[in-house]
Amino acid sequence: MKSSVPLRQIAHARSGDKGNRSNLAIFVYDPEHYEVLRQQVTPERLQENFGGVLRGPIKRYELPNLHGLNFVMDQALEGGVNESLNLDGHGKSWSAMVLALEVVLDGTE
Amino acid sequence: MDTQNAYRIGTGAGFSSDRLEPALDLIRHGRLDAIVFECVGERTLAFGHRDRRTNPARGYNPLLERRMRAVLPLCQAAGTRIITNMGVANPRAAAQRTAEIATELGLTGLKVAAVTGDEVSHLIGPDTPLLEPGCRLSETGREMLAANAYLGIDAILPAIEAGADVIITGRVADPSLFLAPMAHHFAWQPDDWGTLGAGTAIGHLLECAAQVTGGYFADPGHKDVPGLANVGFPLAEVTADGGAVITKLESSGGLVSQRTVKEQLLYEVHDPSAYLTPDVSADFSRVQLADAGRDRVRIEQAGGAQRPEQLKVTVAFDGGFLAEAEISYAGPGAAGRARMAGDIVAERMDRLHGSNGPIRIDLIGVSALHASAVDYPDDAQDVRLRCAMRASSEDEAELLLWEVEALLCCGPAAGGGYRGHITPSVMTYSAFVERGDVKPRLEILPA
Repeated sequence: MKSSVPLRQIAHARSGDKGNRSNLAIFVYDPEHYEVLRQQVTPERLQENFGGVLRGPIKRYELPNLHGLNFVMDQALEGGVNESLNLDGHGKSWSAMVLALEVVLDGTE
Repeated sequence: MDTQNAYRIGTGAGFSSDRLEPALDLIRHGRLDAIVFECVGERTLAFGHRDRRTNPARGYNPLLERRMRAVLPLCQAAGTRIITNMGVANPRAAAQRTAEIATELGLTGLKVAAVTGDEVSHLIGPDTPLLEPGCRLSETGREMLAANAYLGIDAILPAIEAGADVIITGRVADPSLFLAPMAHHFAWQPDDWGTLGAGTAIGHLLECAAQVTGGYFADPGHKDVPGLANVGFPLAEVTADGGAVITKLESSGGLVSQRTVKEQLLYEVHDPSAYLTPDVSADFSRVQLADAGRDRVRIEQAGGAQRPEQLKVTVAFDGGFLAEAEISYAGPGAAGRARMAGDIVAERMDRLHGSNGPIRIDLIGVSALHASAVDYPDDAQDVRLRCAMRASSEDEAELLLWEVEALLCCGPAAGGGYRGHITPSVMTYSAFVERGDVKPRLEILPA
């Protein structure tokens, strides 16, 4: 049976910065959910949900051996830690915000 | 894997302001060959240059004195080598101060080394292309304060070969601080890219200290970490093939699991198959992790390819001043009053003071961090208004603080708890220089 759950239920994440570029690595707890992550959490999905702040291109790297994805998001930090007026100029909170995205499980995982 | 003869390397700090007690525990009980204090980031390097400009004898890590006083006697007793970039913008002054502290503590026979040569402003000119703004240096219209190249293990190895007990650097790629003593111990060759890549992966896992032992990880009910208040710093048991077990002291709190290791493996990484350092293009994409006991995770199969020909440089510029001022609203309608207060500040700054830069208005408790990305509900009853802007002078920065404080009488109802501060700031951009033009130097100070 299909069910929609917050990404936080099946995955954990960490984000880091270099200048105005943010990286966001997301890993599923259970390897069986890797395909759900891979198919439903895409650069387009991030752009759609957080496009107001993620202003540049987003590139995704797949890590099947670690059951994770690494997103590299350009122009994502309003200038970066030395320039941004954002309290979180490092973009540390991206890793928590992204876990609010809903993903659909079809019950076969 | 033979961990009896492993090289034992630990982390004493993962960032400039990191805690000290876990480092002391690790030196006392970890039987370490070496401990690394990693204390430089884009922000802290910029602060170092700001400090050195104010006082030419400073510019190193503000906690150096406190850390060295506690650590030097323990490390000498344990036979543990210290490697640190706490020199930040002034490694020579940091090494001198460290040698003085050793003398003051009555320690004898310590060799303190300063590794310099990362300051490369002579290689940067008005026509140097800057990566992120995507323009030439002269087009920024800003004054360059300093330029620091990321040095690699070739800058640190001579200090180890000279028998230095304490090695103090400025800008060095973080994993290189760890890779250098491993490469020296196992006599890894400078073109053994696969093994250097594996060692770089270990260094990368260790460089943020508690971030691999359960720090920056806990999310109660989802990712539980036992004893986080007493979180231990990591150590790696490294073997000659470049494999390692990542672990921590049993007596410490925290957690080493495949999850904590995975999160840290990709922290601040872009292409996982090409993590560039001055030493190697490291490949983390095929890494295999395995449980090796409680709070023990084995890492294998990291690799590498030839190192880049150019070195990355952080170019720092005068960034004027950051002005930030806050005031709070509570109870029914708090968010509406906070929003009105923000609008009033923006209007007064624009109309009365002719302020031309952007003013950032955050409603802390409603939307503040990456606020414009998401619409959050507006019924919060405990909201802090934060206004922030950049100014070219301290006087201009004062205007924002003044207008936010003035909300106490001339703003919406029931605002309280005003605080304001002004921070001198430095901006940084990246450039590249030819490796051959950068000349690392070594100076040994007897203590």
